[in-house]
Amino acid sequence: MSVAQQHDGRSQQSRGLSRRHFLAGISSGSLVLMGKTLTGQDAVVANAATTDAENFSPDFFVAISPNNTVTIVAHRSEMGTGIRTGLPRVVADELEADWDRVVIQQAPGDKRLGDQNTDGSNSIRFFFKRMRVAGAIARTMLEQAAAQKWGVPANECYADNHKIKHTKSDRAFDFGELVDVAKRLDVPLEENVTLKPRSKWRYIGKDAPITDLDDIVTGKATFGIDARMENQLYAVIARPPVAGGRVKSFDATDAKQIPGVVDVAEIPPFQGAPMFQPLGGIAVLADSTWAAWQGRDALKIEWDHGANASYNSDEYTKQLAATVNQPGDLLREVGDPVSVIDKTPKNQIVAADYSVPHLAHAPMETTCAVADVKTDAAGKVTSAHVVTATQNPQAVQGAVGPAMGMKPEDVLVNVTLLGSGFGRKSKPDYCVEAAMLSRQMKRPVHVTWTREDDLAHDYLHAVSAIHCEAAVDDNGKPTAWLQRVAYPSIGSTFNPLASSPATWEAEMGHSDLPFDIPNLRFETGNAKAHTRIGWLRSVCHIQQNFAVSSFADELAHNAGKDPLEFLLELLGDDRHVDLKAAKLSNRGAAPTDYPYDIGRLKNVLKRSATAANWVRRKGLPKGRGLGIACARSFLGYTGHVVEVDVAKDGALRIPKIWCSIDAGTIVSPDRVRSQIEGAAIMATTQARYGKITFTNGRVNEVNYDDYQMTTMADAPREIVVDIVNSTAPPAGVGETGVPSCAPALCNAIFAATGKRIRNLPLADHDLSWA
Amino acid sequence: MTTITVNGKVDKLTGVPEDTPLLWVLRDRLGLTGTKYGCGISQCGACTVHVDGEAVQSCVTTVGEIDGSEVVTIEGLSDDGSHPVQKAWKKHNVPQCGYCQVGQIMMAAALLQSNTDPTDDVIDSEMWNICRCGTYPRIRAAIKTAAKEVQSK
Repeated sequence: MSVAQQHDGRSQQSRGLSRRHFLAGISSGSLVLMGKTLTGQDAVVANAATTDAENFSPDFFVAISPNNTVTIVAHRSEMGTGIRTGLPRVVADELEADWDRVVIQQAPGDKRLGDQNTDGSNSIRFFFKRMRVAGAIARTMLEQAAAQKWGVPANECYADNHKIKHTKSDRAFDFGELVDVAKRLDVPLEENVTLKPRSKWRYIGKDAPITDLDDIVTGKATFGIDARMENQLYAVIARPPVAGGRVKSFDATDAKQIPGVVDVAEIPPFQGAPMFQPLGGIAVLADSTWAAWQGRDALKIEWDHGANASYNSDEYTKQLAATVNQPGDLLREVGDPVSVIDKTPKNQIVAADYSVPHLAHAPMETTCAVADVKTDAAGKVTSAHVVTATQNPQAVQGAVGPAMGMKPEDVLVNVTLLGSGFGRKSKPDYCVEAAMLSRQMKRPVHVTWTREDDLAHDYLHAVSAIHCEAAVDDNGKPTAWLQRVAYPSIGSTFNPLASSPATWEAEMGHSDLPFDIPNLRFETGNAKAHTRIGWLRSVCHIQQNFAVSSFADELAHNAGKDPLEFLLELLGDDRHVDLKAAKLSNRGAAPTDYPYDIGRLKNVLKRSATAANWVRRKGLPKGRGLGIACARSFLGYTGHVVEVDVAKDGALRIPKIWCSIDAGTIVSPDRVRSQIEGAAIMATTQARYGKITFTNGRVNEVNYDDYQMTTMADAPREIVVDIVNSTAPPAGVGETGVPSCAPALCNAIFAATGKRIRNLPLADHDLSWA
Repeated sequence: MTTITVNGKVDKLTGVPEDTPLLWVLRDRLGLTGTKYGCGISQCGACTVHVDGEAVQSCVTTVGEIDGSEVVTIEGLSDDGSHPVQKAWKKHNVPQCGYCQVGQIMMAAALLQSNTDPTDDVIDSEMWNICRCGTYPRIRAAIKTAAKEVQSK
């Protein structure tokens, strides 16, 4: 999600195309739609090079050359979802382009392209229609050009696999042959082009290898850590060990003795809220990463640790647990849950508290950026160029621009492949570091974060506590349900006054409870932040769906019922949740396009159960168990069944996971499968091992040996993905696969061992049984 | 002075201290950026290369330790991505972000060099590289596919 969304809950959906007046630019002999030609290196300088006022308003996604090459611009960041392939294939499909003759060009940061924040599982949802329109406009113009050349009506011309053909003869033009004429035509408005019917889709819904596959397996792919500029220095930075701390004094004598070290520079601490500002510290600049790293380790620095030096996460977790057992701030209420709970006999009240620790993103590739900032004689910045692995190049512009005294749009930001991101790389503090150092050094500077830096200075997922309480009738069915959550808000990273979960955070698995219960109450409790808090893949769903789906399982067992049947009963009749009455923002999506559809949620739940042959749960021996959960997140729906095998000594194996997902219309089925596979592994990794702790304001976990990752040996052995065939508008996928997986795992552990896990991670628990 | 052979080319590492990890020599001096940094402590395997035919973590291997050795990086594994492991990786569409995959491929290639029919247990113990995207099931499948091709040769 974007910063704007965090503050006001509104999405940053881009403007539609309908009111836009398209211009066909004439340049380099190419047919150019939406403004600029994008061949060769043009795209990377497009942001800086466009000075023609006539080219201002349109954006640019497709260009066709006389040599038949179709260039399609990818404006979202590739961090493993396949989006750099998926969205361009939507354009190619509508254009009837031959995929083998398509070249993909990664866009620089440019707000004219619309939202580039590759976050919130929004890429296909935001841009599916827009990419179709971009392709359809180009196709329509090529058809018109052919009609003109043949002197026939345009409706006798149609596009077919990189050719325009004539219905009444066997004449045909290659796309490239039509460029000269097409580029002189008026660009039709969106309402005057016809999109292909679903039945004619050539690429949408069908698989293709990702664009970068060959480069990845041969080591040729360029990530942020691989970006190079001529004459660059390599920088490694010592940052304040406690967030909000600062350098008191430092001695760089030893650091400067390290062979290869060129210089040492100070970066000032952030002012006000952390936002995307650097943490500050001392940078060592050298002729190699290793020399800079050794130099950094040789620095002698005295720190002023600041206000967070007393932060201890164990104590804080206890504090949060106490907070959620006190009345909180009311967020949403239905019926009269408080008096129902008051009047219900104590033996018919079920309550449980859950907690999830801080979690780190720990992307395989640490944050890295190279920047070249040029200044005039007076020291004023004249240009800034950043090449980096970022989820949001416009946020890089927005952070680097002001820091360099420039307008954001004047900062040129090129995007490499990302060695995963999970939300970390939409926060460009590392890019500002590189820009500041380059300005100071008057040379390009490449900043590399070490793994130790990555874990010590992340924008962490918040530590949390959740209280769930239900009054149940004689059959164990809830008559009232109360939930209270407390965790430091992501808002605290942008506003120091933000000290409790925000509405939009609560809507991720807390206040959007899907259950049909007459009396509901959702509260939030105060929780001040003591470190930088950020969004991590599936965000607050991590803790909130863990709690809700674990509690539902507890209630099922309390009622002596099958967890699947109990869940279906809780979900109630197929219906659309009244989003307006519930005051749910629905991620800014129109309820008409994206209803909160309980029928679809029940469907994925049932399909996952069927796939896993849920009925066999009763015949499983002790130590073996199935767990189930479902969730609506990022407008998509998932059902998960996890099978566990817990040895007597407590050793946990996950032989198989089944996930059914309904994410509406699917562009790339295999990439949906791979995202769901990866989400299951990430969710189970976090549930098993995920825990970042603080002592005296410092993170204790230093590297992957402390912050444990799943590897081949302990990964789920098999993950079965079932994609619901749907014509609904596309919903989220990348994050959608996470929320219902961890609770299904813990519910399976209960089924296998009788041990109920309320406080993650599992590594803190003894799962042995006799 | 240390001398190593990298992908068949002899490199005299003039001016490089012997305690420099091979990883940073490959990346920053020789420009072979296919080999990745992930942890620096031999926990993740992203930096795996072959030294005299064995899989080695270049982040903890100093150039002094391997003086006179033959190093093969991803850039030298094949000219064109035609190594059986690379082909199998493509067939199974293994990569997501792709960052760790070079290390995974080098590890798998070394494994198949010594064991052309690895069981699941062997794959579990030998393939300990970290993949944050979670491509493990596909890596397992790809290794089995590559093993078949290796066996048929």
